[in-house]
Amino acid sequence: MNRKQYIEFAERRAKRTSSVKNCIWAFVTGGLICVIGQLLFFVYSTFMKDEKGAYSLVSVTLVFLAGLFTGLGLFDKLANLAGAGTLVPITGFANAVASPAIEGKSEGYIKGVATQMFVIAGPVIVYGSASSVIYGIIYYIYMMIAGNI
Amino acid sequence: MKTQIIKYKNVFLNQTAAVVGSKEREGPLGEKFDSFCEDDRFGQDTWEKSETEMVKRTLESLIAKSKYDWNDIDLMAGGDLLDQCIATSHAVNNNGIPYLGLYGACSTAAEGLIIGSAFVEKGMVVSTVASSHFCSAERQYRFPLEYGSQRTPTAQNTVTGCGSFLLSQNKSNVKITEAVVGKIQDNGISDANNMGAAMATAAIDTLTRYLKNSEKSLEDFDVIATGDLGHEGFELAKEYAKSTGLILGDNFIDCGMMIYDLDTQDVQSGGSGCGCSASVFAADICPRIADGELKNVLLIGTGALLSPKSIIQNKIIPSVAHLVCFERY
Repeated sequence: MNRKQYIEFAERRAKRTSSVKNCIWAFVTGGLICVIGQLLFFVYSTFMKDEKGAYSLVSVTLVFLAGLFTGLGLFDKLANLAGAGTLVPITGFANAVASPAIEGKSEGYIKGVATQMFVIAGPVIVYGSASSVIYGIIYYIYMMIAGNI
Repeated sequence: MKTQIIKYKNVFLNQTAAVVGSKEREGPLGEKFDSFCEDDRFGQDTWEKSETEMVKRTLESLIAKSKYDWNDIDLMAGGDLLDQCIATSHAVNNNGIPYLGLYGACSTAAEGLIIGSAFVEKGMVVSTVASSHFCSAERQYRFPLEYGSQRTPTAQNTVTGCGSFLLSQNKSNVKITEAVVGKIQDNGISDANNMGAAMATAAIDTLTRYLKNSEKSLEDFDVIATGDLGHEGFELAKEYAKSTGLILGDNFIDCGMMIYDLDTQDVQSGGSGCGCSASVFAADICPRIADGELKNVLLIGTGALLSPKSIIQNKIIPSVAHLVCFERY
């Protein structure tokens, strides 16, 4: 068995989880989180007239809950069951920031917590910001051209 | 190459000790370990210190169980998975014993026995140790513990465990007679979630070299145990061996599959880490040789020599497997 054959052999027999099952399950669990978000919106919007403010408050609440669950050591257990359902919504992002921050405590608040906090979320923030700038430029040019016509 | 098999004339295993974490305690070998820690923290505030404390407790247990005192030990050889082997070097720094730090990834236990035995041949009393801790390894190689990541079914669970061995020329029931130092194998696997596949060929290569140059055959051994191939690597190794004409029977087992109950414990393909083969041999297999239940045993300590950087850079995982032959005396 040569190298190429071995890699193929190993990859072929490696067990995989079912993508279809994972996707459906992620849809259900992720959807449930979104339902909670929607319920929160209904509650908040009965108390405040500002719809945008209510939406922001929903995000803040979900981020807070994900952070709290991470700190209590429950989020990873939940994510183990839920899969991408907890990863994709804003809860996954909160967990990605909170978990390295908690663990960084052993290296202190500066070299640990603050330095390690964005180890996982860093790329999302960097490329998220960068792509929004690019999108902004394209939008600006489009509006300039469309406005002239 | 002239020497394929290293032969030892006068090396005896005098004592073993193993300390593990809670998951290992809940596994099939749970009762056999000297002690365990319920929360895996071993009373410390960082995971690195926890691993150091686990190594300390193992060594204390080893000395307490043996007829020896710290002053009798001429050399300590050991290692772990943490950057630059800090868990072991911190654990042995107060003992005042000459120390050799080892790194062979998960093959460290076998590497320690091979090197330790060479010093014993010169008349020294040697203690070897190998450890790994799930939480400190997770931090270093993968994600934070509280991060909600998913693992593939081929991934392995780092064993929280430490095994230690005391070797000397003083006669005991267990003798170390032969060893084969593994060659680095590069079979093209670069997936850190499939280390079993990376190590499988190394295990078979070392075993084949041993059988080719030895008078013994597969049937002469009660147990041929690989270090930590896990279920995936173990099955792969058997199939790979078959393709080379080597048919492995029921005496072929894997420490990574023995330490956990793969059906009920959430450990994917099984255990891995320096502490896997170290604690299984120290707590289960070596005592069984001493009791006379097993007579001839081979340990094939497998190691995936990856680093956090090499994985990010998509480098292939170089693997190695060292063989140690135990005999009932």
